[in-house]
Amino acid sequence: MNTVTSAREQSRINLRDPRYYQIAVLSTLVTFGVVGLNFGISAANAVTIVTMALATQYAGTRLCGLPAFDPLSPLITALSLTLLLRTDLLVLAALAAVIAIGSKFVIRVRGKHVFNPANIAIVTLILATDHAWISSGQWGNAALGAFALSCLGFLVLTRAKRAETTLAFLGAYSLLLVGRALWLGDPLTIPLHQLSNGALLIFAFFMISDPKTTPDHRIGRIFYGAFVAAATMFVQFILYEPGAPVLALIACSPVVPVIDALLCGSKYNWSLPSAVISTDNPKLVKGVS
Amino acid sequence: MRFLVLIVVAAVTVTISQTAEAFCGFYVAKADTALFNRASQVVMVRDGDRTVLTMANDFEGDVKDFAIVIPVPTFIEREQINVAEQGLIDHLDAYTAPRLVEYFDPDPCAMYERRELMSQLPAASKVNADAIGRANAAGVTIEASYTVGEYDILILSGKESAGLIRWLNDSGYRLPQGAEKIVGSYIRQDMRFFVAKVNLDEQKKAGFSYLRPLQVAFESKKFMLPIRLGTLNADGMQELYVYALTRSGRVETTNYRTVRLPSNTEVPEFVQAEFGDFYRSMFARQVEKENRRAVFLEYAWDMAWCDPCAADPLSTDELRRLGVFWVGPNAVGEKPARSIAPQQPQNVFVTRLHVRYDAEHFPEDLMFQETGDRQNFQGRYVVRHPWKGKASCDLSDYQAELAKRREREAQQLAHLTGWDIDDIRAKIPTVAYNPPELPEPWWKRIWN
Repeated sequence: MNTVTSAREQSRINLRDPRYYQIAVLSTLVTFGVVGLNFGISAANAVTIVTMALATQYAGTRLCGLPAFDPLSPLITALSLTLLLRTDLLVLAALAAVIAIGSKFVIRVRGKHVFNPANIAIVTLILATDHAWISSGQWGNAALGAFALSCLGFLVLTRAKRAETTLAFLGAYSLLLVGRALWLGDPLTIPLHQLSNGALLIFAFFMISDPKTTPDHRIGRIFYGAFVAAATMFVQFILYEPGAPVLALIACSPVVPVIDALLCGSKYNWSLPSAVISTDNPKLVKGVS
Repeated sequence: MRFLVLIVVAAVTVTISQTAEAFCGFYVAKADTALFNRASQVVMVRDGDRTVLTMANDFEGDVKDFAIVIPVPTFIEREQINVAEQGLIDHLDAYTAPRLVEYFDPDPCAMYERRELMSQLPAASKVNADAIGRANAAGVTIEASYTVGEYDILILSGKESAGLIRWLNDSGYRLPQGAEKIVGSYIRQDMRFFVAKVNLDEQKKAGFSYLRPLQVAFESKKFMLPIRLGTLNADGMQELYVYALTRSGRVETTNYRTVRLPSNTEVPEFVQAEFGDFYRSMFARQVEKENRRAVFLEYAWDMAWCDPCAADPLSTDELRRLGVFWVGPNAVGEKPARSIAPQQPQNVFVTRLHVRYDAEHFPEDLMFQETGDRQNFQGRYVVRHPWKGKASCDLSDYQAELAKRREREAQQLAHLTGWDIDDIRAKIPTVAYNPPELPEPWWKRIWN
């Protein structure tokens, strides 16, 4: 009886699940990018990524014997990939989706996946091939006001319970950029210009904020956000690599299990974003999303 | 990885051979850099961390007043500096310039037959002890001084900007107001300064009346172009062309939007006579549309071919002289033609970027990245000439269609350039009607 009820609950659209809002915002951004900014997202890539992400999630669900197929998380990963990853080869778009979703099932520590799915897929392809890149300049500034607002709106609406990572990252990164500008004697228009970068905001609101791959404890998340910001500065201004935040995040991800081991916190559950869930309740934490 | 590489090769081959079938019109005019006053041109050859910059001087005036200060990321040795021929950059400019092509309507009364028309080939177009003493006093290190071609070159580093600027001023280099902060920022980023002025004796010996482009080769992780000092130079917006020559694909800016210019648009016939005006207006409008904050892509193409060609592709020898170090001496040479079909790939991809900048809208230096995108793009505008031959059938359908097409072209032109639609319409001729030459009716000769 219990099982029937919980299955029914799972199948019902739960509007407390922030992922619905996230999907809505990401889809709007994809549409805006394609129609308004025309910045090189190909429809074929988008369809391939979404299809392959859902297929991989389905295969993973069956192979791991999970109770239900969850389309929401792979959809979010697919949309993030579509927004950030550029490739001229369809096969790489497909591969990105497989790596992203596959990594959730394969690379796990203490019941949590280690790498943000879209993040690991993008970095793998950038490092392994010459045919993948991130077009971080393509968002421009004109569209930025509306974009920043929608991100903030999204944050306030749905993520307030787990916004620390994003805020810590953006806060620390802003401070570091302003500090650098002051040290160099540059005008403040330079750090402002560096911060008003669409790809950076997508990263901050939709990638680093992923509650499944950030520390469980609040203090841990704040530390982690600031740590990624420092790593981003290192990659950007010492290694001079484009796509610094994405590269920094992948390098910092292995720190999360360490933080989790040091600071005990509650594991995240999508359907109960504000609830405190004990880590020793296997019923609530089971699943790969 | 082997698997992926194979797919890459296959995909590229397929794309090229498909495009070879396409016929992109007869080349009639180009919009080269001469259209814009005070345009700087920089060729950036980049592969891995290796960079070769070729900088063309648009300096007008007495050469003894000429000096340039360029921040460079590393120390530069004598052998890393060269003087190139202006012709190389002119050729690259002509090859990559936005182009106007023309088509002729076929006889609307005849079955369509592709006519082999002959195309018009385009006309392809020393530092003394005193100075060192002053340098030391000002906290400036003259790391090296060379004479290369007609240029005296110094590689400077400094501890603080005020000293460096004072030294430059004392040595006869006048830096614009506001340079101190920017120079200070570059010093802290551990950059050197490449300072060049003309050695009048050497210039006389060499016999050149103009300044030849300077070339610098260096290795640095920074794929960037310092534009901040340039923003101090003159009033208003500055014009810069960047030609990137890379191995894998298109180059784009990572800290500004790179936007493709509108292309492949049909425009009225009169644009042929004023293509330069058209291009200037169109570019100005696109700059405003992007709130003056974008870098524009004008050309992205594999150097092995073109269609249609505004000029022949650069030869292997020319590419090597521009610093493309990975092309071998045995690579395929060029052959002039109307359009050059894909030959043996040269492994050189050219990206032409055009940016109009000032300090307000471009606060940061331009940062670049090489992408894997080898999709061809060209600024291409099309005029279609109507059929002017004698008609052998009723042309009313064709003429109605022609009138519609001309209105559409007028609107597209107004949209692209911001020109007044009525002025455009006034320049478009009304459709001339040639009465059909119908066969004589059979009854005309019955009784006569």
